[in-house]
Amino acid sequence: MRRDWKFYSQLGLTVLLCLFIVIPVGMSALAGVTVNVFKGLSSGLTLRWIIEVWDLYASSIMLSLWIALVCLAVTLVAGVPLAYVLVRRPGRLTRLFEELLTLPVAIPGLALALALLITYGGVSGYRSSWLFILTGHVLFTLPFMVRSVAAVMSAMDMKMLEEGAASLGAGFWRRFFTVIVPNAKPGILAGALMVVTLSIGEFNLTWMLHTPLTKTLPVGLADAYASMRLEIGSAYTLIFFILIMPLLIAMQALADRGKRASKRIDTAEDTL
Amino acid sequence: MSSVQNIQEGRSRPSFPFGFLRRATPGAGSPAILALLMTPGIIIVAAFFLIPLALVAMRVADGPDGWATYFVILTNGRYFASLVQTLLMSAGVTLTALILCGVCGLFLVRNRFAGRNMLMALLTLPLSFPGTVVGFMVIMLAGRQGVIGSVTDALFDEKLVFAYEISGLFIGYLYFSIPRVILAVMASAEKLDPQLEEAARSLGAPTWRVIKDVILPGLMPGLVSSGAICFATAMGAFGTAFTLATDIDVLPMVIYTEFTRNANVAVAAALSIALGAMTWAVLFAVRCFVGSSADTAARGGA
Repeated sequence: MRRDWKFYSQLGLTVLLCLFIVIPVGMSALAGVTVNVFKGLSSGLTLRWIIEVWDLYASSIMLSLWIALVCLAVTLVAGVPLAYVLVRRPGRLTRLFEELLTLPVAIPGLALALALLITYGGVSGYRSSWLFILTGHVLFTLPFMVRSVAAVMSAMDMKMLEEGAASLGAGFWRRFFTVIVPNAKPGILAGALMVVTLSIGEFNLTWMLHTPLTKTLPVGLADAYASMRLEIGSAYTLIFFILIMPLLIAMQALADRGKRASKRIDTAEDTL
Repeated sequence: MSSVQNIQEGRSRPSFPFGFLRRATPGAGSPAILALLMTPGIIIVAAFFLIPLALVAMRVADGPDGWATYFVILTNGRYFASLVQTLLMSAGVTLTALILCGVCGLFLVRNRFAGRNMLMALLTLPLSFPGTVVGFMVIMLAGRQGVIGSVTDALFDEKLVFAYEISGLFIGYLYFSIPRVILAVMASAEKLDPQLEEAARSLGAPTWRVIKDVILPGLMPGLVSSGAICFATAMGAFGTAFTLATDIDVLPMVIYTEFTRNANVAVAAALSIALGAMTWAVLFAVRCFVGSSADTAARGGA
């Protein structure tokens, strides 16, 4: 292919856009391990700030991981059966419910948090515990789990699989756990990664729902940005990047595998 | 994975209307079992979403003007100005992101060159950054110690700092939107048929006609659905604005201030409902336009 000025101007724009994304990430990562940002790199590199962040915010980071895991458990228990019903019994009622379920994604987190505060703010034991934050996270992440699982379930021929299993004498629960769930595994996995990533990073709701004793990672981040020196904020961001990176890579790998699988189907259909 | 399932994977979702009138699908559990399966989900949605929403809607009436508080966003000059500013900024971010990502996404799909995969990976890097982190990235770019400030300082002896105002917020939402829009553009660009373009060219269509009549219509579903997500995020997000400065007058910040500093719960509730309704309406309209799961596809909270 001949490469003219059009190719290079588009390449230039793409590289610029890339720099726009990458430069601040690189700068903040570097600032997190620099002795003094105002003097620059010549002041030397250090892990001091990372250790300081860990001393200050370890409990917030741990709480975030804990909430993300519990949130995952809840969305699995509630979301997978829900996806099954939505796919298996499509109708106006289930459609309406699906719309309702996805509303918390469309409505700004701030509004959702306000609603939760007005309703349950007076229940002191609940309001001051991490369960209050968990509630918000479950509301926000459940639609992602349901959509992800439902997408895979509606692509497989559940009717045939279930009829086959039923004709061999398997009861409903046996079919659900040994046929449906294993076949929906790619969707469940993708949904699970999404839920954990979203929960760890959730701020809009969490900022309104948290108390001084229930701070999560992003709440701590906002706190560090507002009141600590730039190096601490940067080091904390660096810790967040390190935490979130494996999740992102896993999601990417899963998506690639799905793409390759569907390409295989295309070629299979061509030869049929 | 069974081969049966592999072959079936290409199928699209069944269409919905009036499914309940259809005969119950054989093989699915009995109605009692299906109801049982839905119970946890229904409890969560009812107790933590429907009831709170209803209570908020009622709380509005406690406001200074009773039920008229619902319209405070239109009648009060300050709130209305904030609404207009938020709308304009969100539209601006959406348009900018669509144009930039449209060009770059198409370019990345059409061309193969060394470093292409790396560019793609880097462009989607901020996909799961929360709003606070995006705000910090803006500070790194355009803040007091930012790159732009240092470069302009060295070149023109004047430090350009714009992170802590609405233009900083604009940059932040653009930062947040780019990965989402670029993924959507690339997904639809891969489905474009290059032969259509060839045909148009061979019939003598100039480049702009090819773009307008062949490429843009093909990209439209991806552009519209990802554009709606940009818009909705820019309308309702709070973390980025909160990190940059608390006196940026966008709607979410106004709601936050009314609620926490002024303890004006009724007005905060009325504004939240207005904001939520507008955001939902945009997403709903788009979903009707392009069909199915547009809104959850690439969203996360900024």
